[in-house]
Amino acid sequence: MSMIALMGALEIGLVFALVALGVLISFRILNFPDLTADGSFPLGGAVAATLIAGGHDPYTACLIAMLAGAAAGWCTAWLNVRLNILQLLSSILVMIALYSINLRIMDAPNVPLIGAPTVFSPLIGDDFESSWLVQPAVLAAVVIAAKLLLDVFFASQAGLAMRATGANPRMARAQGISTDRMTLAGMALSNALIALAGALYVQTQGGADISMGIGTIVVGLAAVIIGETLIPARSLWVITLATVLGALLYRVMIAFALNAEFIGLAAQDLNLVTALLVGFALVLPLLKAKANAARGRTA
Amino acid sequence: MLAAHNLTKTFNPGTPIENPVLRGLSLTIESGQFVTVIGSNGAGKSTFLNAISGDVVPDSGTLAIDGQDVTRLPSWQRAGLVARVFQDPMAGTCEALTIEENLALAWQRGQKRGLGPAVKKAQRELFRDKLSTLKLGLENRLADRMGLLSGGQRQAVSLLMASLQPSRILLLDEHTAALDPKTAAFVLELTDRIVHENKLTTLMVTHSMRQALDHGERTVMLHQGRVVLDVDGDARARMQVADLLSMFEKTRGETLDDDALLLG
Ligand SMILES: Nc1ncnc2c1ncn2[C@@H]1O[C@H](COP(=O)(O)OP(=O)(O)OP(=O)(O)O)[C@@H](O)[C@H]1O
Ligand SMILES: [Mg+2]
Repeated sequence: MSMIALMGALEIGLVFALVALGVLISFRILNFPDLTADGSFPLGGAVAATLIAGGHDPYTACLIAMLAGAAAGWCTAWLNVRLNILQLLSSILVMIALYSINLRIMDAPNVPLIGAPTVFSPLIGDDFESSWLVQPAVLAAVVIAAKLLLDVFFASQAGLAMRATGANPRMARAQGISTDRMTLAGMALSNALIALAGALYVQTQGGADISMGIGTIVVGLAAVIIGETLIPARSLWVITLATVLGALLYRVMIAFALNAEFIGLAAQDLNLVTALLVGFALVLPLLKAKANAARGRTA
Repeated sequence: MLAAHNLTKTFNPGTPIENPVLRGLSLTIESGQFVTVIGSNGAGKSTFLNAISGDVVPDSGTLAIDGQDVTRLPSWQRAGLVARVFQDPMAGTCEALTIEENLALAWQRGQKRGLGPAVKKAQRELFRDKLSTLKLGLENRLADRMGLLSGGQRQAVSLLMASLQPSRILLLDEHTAALDPKTAAFVLELTDRIVHENKLTTLMVTHSMRQALDHGERTVMLHQGRVVLDVDGDARARMQVADLLSMFEKTRGETLDDDALLLG
């Protein structure tokens, strides 16, 4: 695999590291199985692409994309905590609704951004020579900042309250925590991160497409699972680190699998490979336990 | 002061499994009083405690704490008034969080939570001091996950958590039921100490007649969602476990008779 191809894989891996951090918040911290990602990722992309194509500043576009994602996550949580709709179902409703909303925002199935200014432009020369290096570098900075901010937040009073909400809601309420508000806030935070990923993604790919969200949640979950399988940890800053590494590793593995000619895989096999990979990551702890048990018997 | 007036609660109303659990329960407890609560399975003891904590909303009746009507206040909004320890050692703490994180959650019970660090250095010292009074060696295990502790250790920490912040009412629902006799005795002793030191208004549910008479200064018996016995002072001091048991059997016998009549 060439250097450029590897950097390309890392670039997408970094985008999905943000998705994975969002998924970590919903699935693992709030214990809220949330499929909104498949709608909030393209929502972020649609908002950012439309604004940038309309001549707006790309940084403002990212910020507004995050707010839109936060609103989407808030809606999913609201359907659950206020209307008592099952978590999974709430998120599917919002995800489906977002498909129409995204089409409305873009006003077309896709919005090209060829030649438009992006958050990366100030650091890339006019000849676009250095973009293969600058884009992953900027994304890495964003991901590291997001990871560190989350670490600080989850060590704060409000962050601890959010973790208690997911871990033991009854106990959390007994300690005076409004679990409803925490769920609303946490889901908004989760989907704001996922929408930011979508906003950055369209700027690396040169445009937004209505179908760009398909499978987002599976990839995010894959990253979380790979991370926690490879680096089983209890303390949160290690868990966020593992999640980021999981996302990177996932994309690099995919790139290798698709690039290795002797395996004979093509781009259309991506989802199959993902499913196999997630499946493998899911049974890995079981295999490990079995291996340990076998060792225990012989010892 | 806790004032419950004519509380009623029916689970699954209007269905074949309709279950009237509280049927006009009234009880007033003075500030600082330690009351033990007994009653057969299904008498409504836990439901009553859940109504006080806000986990169950009564169908009718009123509930006031220190004169403030809390009948319909959500549980998280009255956490500053009510502290509780659950029967299940898992229920009162977060096993995925560390001991100090659990204590930090309780340290802020009923208060606003901001973006400041959850555990500050001064608090860590305080937690360590408090934990050392348990004499379980937990003061050296602040960073251990709660899930690593035994049931008895968790209940001891739960009690400590309930007393970190002042509250008006302490609710203990069979909080020693899941423990072996020795650990149960230890947790009960700790309960007496914490209640006494903090002058807490306390309701303790127990299935042990011995505990009901040995702890606190007043005993009430619930039956079919009502108070059927309420003793304190001399009458209670003279009471033996056998007396209480026979009264307990009598109320249960009455229900059997009622049922027999209905069936007959
Ligand atoms: N949330 C609920 N929904 C439906 N029924 C309930 C609910 N909570 C309690 N009940 C029923 O109410 C009745 C009284 O329960 P409660 O837990 O108050 O009894 P208890 O006096 O605490 O009994 P025990 O000594 O067994 O703990 C039981 O029949 C129980 O099944
Ligand atoms: Mg009970």
